[in-house]
Formats: sequence, structure tokens, C-alpha cells
Amino acid sequence: MKVLVPVKRVPDTAGEKKIDPNDRTVDRESVESVLCPVNEFAIEEAMRLKEQQDAEVTVLLVGPESAQPVVRKALSYGLDAGVQVVDDAVVGSDALGTAEVLAKALAAEEFDLVIFGNQSTDARTCLVPAAVAEILGLPALTYARHLEIDGDQITVHREHEEGWDVVESSLPAVVSVVEAINEPRYPSFKGIMAAKSKPLEVRSLDDLDVDTSRVGSDNAAAIMYEFRDRPPKEPGTIVEDDGSGAAATQLADWLVEKKFV
Amino acid sequence: MEFELSEEQRAFRDVLRRFADERIAPVARDWELSGRHPTEIVDGLAELGLFGILVPEEYGGLALDAVSYGIVFEEISRAWMGIAGFLGTHSLATNLLTRFGTDEQRRAHLPDLAAGRRISALGLTEPGAGSDLQGITTRAVRDGDAYVLNGVKTWLTNAAIAEPIVVLVVTDPTAEPRHRGLSLLLVDAGLDGVEISGDIPKLGYHGTSSHEVAFTDVRVPATALLGGEEGLGFKQAVSALEIGRVNIAARSVGLARASYDAAVAYATQREAFGHPIAEFQAIQLKLADMATELQAGRLMWHWAAAAMDAGGRSDLQTGMAKLYCSEMALRASLTALRVHGGYGFSQEFEVERYYRDAPLMAIGEGTSDILRIVIARRLIAGEALS
Ligand SMILES: Cc1cc2nc3c(=O)[nH]c(=O)nc-3n(C[C@H](O)[C@H](O)[C@H](O)COP(=O)(O)OP(=O)(O)OC[C@H]3O[C@@H](n4cnc5c(N)ncnc54)[C@H](O)[C@@H]3O)c2cc1C
Repeated sequence: MKVLVPVKRVPDTAGEKKIDPNDRTVDRESVESVLCPVNEFAIEEAMRLKEQQDAEVTVLLVGPESAQPVVRKALSYGLDAGVQVVDDAVVGSDALGTAEVLAKALAAEEFDLVIFGNQSTDARTCLVPAAVAEILGLPALTYARHLEIDGDQITVHREHEEGWDVVESSLPAVVSVVEAINEPRYPSFKGIMAAKSKPLEVRSLDDLDVDTSRVGSDNAAAIMYEFRDRPPKEPGTIVEDDGSGAAATQLADWLVEKKFV
Repeated sequence: MEFELSEEQRAFRDVLRRFADERIAPVARDWELSGRHPTEIVDGLAELGLFGILVPEEYGGLALDAVSYGIVFEEISRAWMGIAGFLGTHSLATNLLTRFGTDEQRRAHLPDLAAGRRISALGLTEPGAGSDLQGITTRAVRDGDAYVLNGVKTWLTNAAIAEPIVVLVVTDPTAEPRHRGLSLLLVDAGLDGVEISGDIPKLGYHGTSSHEVAFTDVRVPATALLGGEEGLGFKQAVSALEIGRVNIAARSVGLARASYDAAVAYATQREAFGHPIAEFQAIQLKLADMATELQAGRLMWHWAAAAMDAGGRSDLQTGMAKLYCSEMALRASLTALRVHGGYGFSQEFEVERYYRDAPLMAIGEGTSDILRIVIARRLIAGEALS
């Protein structure tokens, strides 16, 4: 079985992100870049398929040359090979443009299964996995919190607000996973050492025959007109317990008001 | 001049920093105080591959360079010194086997030790001899195809569960100079006549157990003589344990960093006389000194480790780094405690643990004064400071 895991380089999730006022994209200089943490769940799921079913796993990244350490990071978890799509024309692509490139890059590989994280921690659109499946004409099994492969059948538990649905399809298919699906391992030191010498192929949009009229900032369907700093955090409400039980009512009311219960 | 870690060294650091933050730091205080065995952490370290940190790759190890090795211990110690303790001793015992074991000894022990299926210990110190290692009295007498072992070792980290304990013994009491009469034996703690005490009660370093081990007429197979030749034990120990000084220096920096981080966090949040105490100059001076010394310590251990990695003699560098960093960590832990005021004395904060863990850094792997003597001897012998 062949599995592909598309991963993304994102600004450090814990860092304070800034938007560059000139091109209205995230200012990459202002904060360290990392492998998107949601991808770690996709990688873990792929690693389990590797260990249980001898799957061959390739990581795919669309991003500039400087994003190569992120591919190596993904490889350090034990994946087999990497493909990186590097092309200046990709810069500024929106979710659809990115999906276009990813779909072409995936189509150039042989695979039975594509495992995405359900969202990236920078844009959080959740659009790309379904868009890629649509372009490739493959079943999309999104928001998976459980995944099972049996022969050429895949079953996932698709998470939603009230629980989950059991969704099945044949392979090949595109899956996106949520963080409840597993507990990612740490890359081992051996994995880190081996990552340096794993095969990594670099492709351009030309190699992949991508229609460049659909990618890049000029062709983005999503346009950002304005941006603002996040409003400062409001101080929390302090509920004082005076022993009368009123505090409990206050807390319960608050939970109901915020729709937590 | 380069002060940058390699991409791989950064990756090691990042994984370990995360492991320490997620898996060690959140439980360190509770487990340290309650004496709970850190089973899950030990398992995690094994999965990362760290039991084979100095073992050659052909035996399943990582064979890390000295800088990467130090990074591991700095990051672990920032979260909990006790965890660095048992792994450090194990790494040194495996280094002895790697460097001086016969092929057969290496094959018999290293794969299991690298995978963490077994753990090893180091038995040098005796009740009557620590700094003066040539003054040990544990005696091994050859009898047919075995050595008969008698004597007592103390302060042995890991000894209760170790297989093997690498034990320094006297094989020739008449040898001149004395070190030519010393040898190292790979002793299985399960052999008849080996008696191991419970964990020696101690100030800090909890999470790592320490034991007294008594040998009474223990028959150790002659094949357990490290390297297969008598009289080399002292030299083997001195040579393979040099990296232990990098270990302690790096650990000291990790502990100083934890102390510094705690002090800054507390100083910016605690108010007195209507101001965060970080606004008082007396506190600022402390923080500035801590940060400066900490950075000096880190550069020093990196420098010493890089000298080791370059090959050639490096005991001057490693001695200086160990001396400076351990004394610096002692100061840092006390300063962090002072910044915390009365709360520094409370077990609800982490700094009292740092303060209890720091002194060992200036005792184990050569006390500060012994290192000063080693350094001075090299200087007087004409070694120039590059
Ligand atoms: C928690 C812990 C774990 C340990 N783990 C291990 C282990 O796993 N294996 C092991 O073999 N040992 C271990 N040790 C022992 C440790 O290595 C020794 O305690 C250390 O080497 C010092 O020896 P000593 O205690 O005999 O002190 P001594 O050598 O008696 O020193 C006492 C004092 O005298 C000073 N002194 C000694 N000689 C001189 C001199 N010539 N000139 C000036 N001053 C001198 C010393 O600096 C020190 O201040 C451990 C110790 C501790 C506390």
C-alpha cells in the first residue's frame, strides 16, 4: 500500500503572528516556521499503516526551498521519502490554488491513500482536503477520528458536533484526520539521523503540468481587503463564593449562556 | 567562529525540549517528592533511542557526538535532574564497554543496553575512597576460570537493577604505580554473594537510585574482565569517563536555566510595595548575573564538547567546563530561591528542588577542588590556553 501525507509549513502556533501590510500574507520573518502540528496526527496514522500493513509513505510539501527542513522533520518520524513542489508562481495561492497544485503533485504519484490533517494552524480553512479530492475525483473522508483499512476498503469515524458517523469507501481515497485520532509519537533520534539521507525529490509547476492561471496571489479567489490586530484579551469574570450557593448558580448560568452545557 | 548548532543537533534539541516539557516537567515535582518511579519517562527515553546514546550504530545505538550528547542532558536536567542521573551513569558504563570491551563483551551487552532492555551501572567509589580512586580496596583474586570478588562499593547509581555493574577492582595489590594493579570487571548484580542496599537517603537527585553494594566471595567469570587484560582499569575509567564531565557541565546549565526561567517568571508576577519585584534593581542585578553566567556556562560546555569531538586531548577544557558550570548552577539555584522569597522554600514551587539537586554537580565526576588540581597541573605542565 502506498500512502501520501501532504504537510504544510506554518508559523509557530505558539508565536505571535504578524501580517505583512505590503502583500497581506503572514510575515514569515517575524516568527519561526514549523511543521503544522495537525500534520503530526496524519503522520502518526501513516506510520501506523507502515508498521501494521507495511505501507510505503511519502510526504509531500508545497513551499519554498527554505521549507525543506519541514520535509526533513516529517521524514524524521520514520516516513520513507519526500516530494517538495518549489515554484515562485505558487506564492500567495489561496486554498483552491494550493489544492490545484497538491492535486497535480498527488496525481503524479502512485497512491492508495492520502492522509491530510483536517486544517492547518495558520489559515484553518479546512478546505484543502475536500478540494483536492474533488479535483482528483476521489472519495473524500474528512474529519476522521478513527481510520481502518481492510483490503481496498477504508472505514473512518467522521467526527461532528453530536458524535461521529461511520463512513466507508473504496481506495484510493482522500482522508483528513482530526487530533482525536491518535497520540503522535516523538521522532526518535535514529529517525532524525536517518531523515538526512531519505530520498527527496523537488518538482516545479512545469514538471507537474499545473495550469498557472489558477495559482498564485493574482489568481486567488479569496482576497483579503483588510486586517486588524486581535482585540486584547478581556479580563475574566471572577465569581466569589459567599457560602450561600449563589456562586454555583452564577457559574451554571454562565456555562449555559456560553453554550458549554 | 561558529556558534551555531547543526540542523541535526537542533532537531535533537527540539525533540528533547518538547519531550521534557510535555512528559517530564509536568510530573517532576510530584514524582520527585513522592518517590514514584518515573516508569513512563524511562520508557519514553528508550523509544527516543537514548539508552544507546554513546553506543555504536552497529549495536543499535546512536553514537552521538559530544555536543549532541550534552544537549540531551541539558534539556533533560532543565526538567528533572533525577532523570538525567540514571541515564548519565548508564551512558558512561556503555561507553566503557564500547571503548574497551572485547568484541564478545560488546556483542553480549551493547544491543540490550542500547535498546534499554537492560541498564548498566558504574562501581568506582568505595566507603573509603572516592576522589582517590587508586586507593580502592575491593579485591579480585584469580581462581581458575573466575575472579573471586570481595569488598564494598558505595553510591552506585542504578545498581539495584543493573546488568552489568562495571566495577573497579584491585587485581594486583603490589603493582607500582598503584593504578597498574586496577582492573574493571563486568559484574552481574544477580550473582551469589552480591548484596545491594536500598536507596541511600539523600538530599536531592531523587528519581535516580543510589546503592551500597557489598561483594562477598562473588565468583565472576574471568571472561568478564573488561578488555580481557588486567591492570588497565584505571586508565580505561579515566578515559571513558571524560565525557562525563561534559555530561555534568551540560546538566548544570540545564538546571541553571530552569532556575533562571523560574526566577524571571516569578519576578515579573510577584508584587511588593506596589510594584512587580522585577522592577527593583536588586532583583534585576540577580537576573542579569544569572543570565550572563548561564550563557557563559553554555558556551563553555559547547567549547569543551567541541574539543572532545575534534579528537586529541581535551581534559583541560572538559575540566574547566565541569568546574565552572557546576559552581554556576549552585549559585543560580540559590539566587532563584532568594528571588522567590519564602515561597522559594516551599515545596509548592520548583526552585527548592533545583537547590537540592545542584550540589551534586560539584561533587560527582570529580569534585570542584579535584578538578582545580587537574586543571592547575595541566597549566603548570605548560599547556597554553588557546
Ligand atoms: C548521588 C550520588 C551518585 C553517585 N553515583 C556514583 C556512581 O554511580 N558510581 C560511583 O562510582 N560513584 C558515584 N558517586 C560517588 C562520587 O563519585 C564521589 O562521591 C565523588 O567522587 C567524591 O568522592 P568522596 O565522596 O569519596 O569524597 P572524598 O574523595 O573523600 O572528598 C572529600 C573532600 O575532600 C576533598 N579532597 C579529596 N582529595 C583531595 C585532594 N587531593 N586535594 C584537595 N582536596 C581533596 C574533596 O574535594 C572533597 O571536598 C555518587 C555520589 C553521589 C552523591
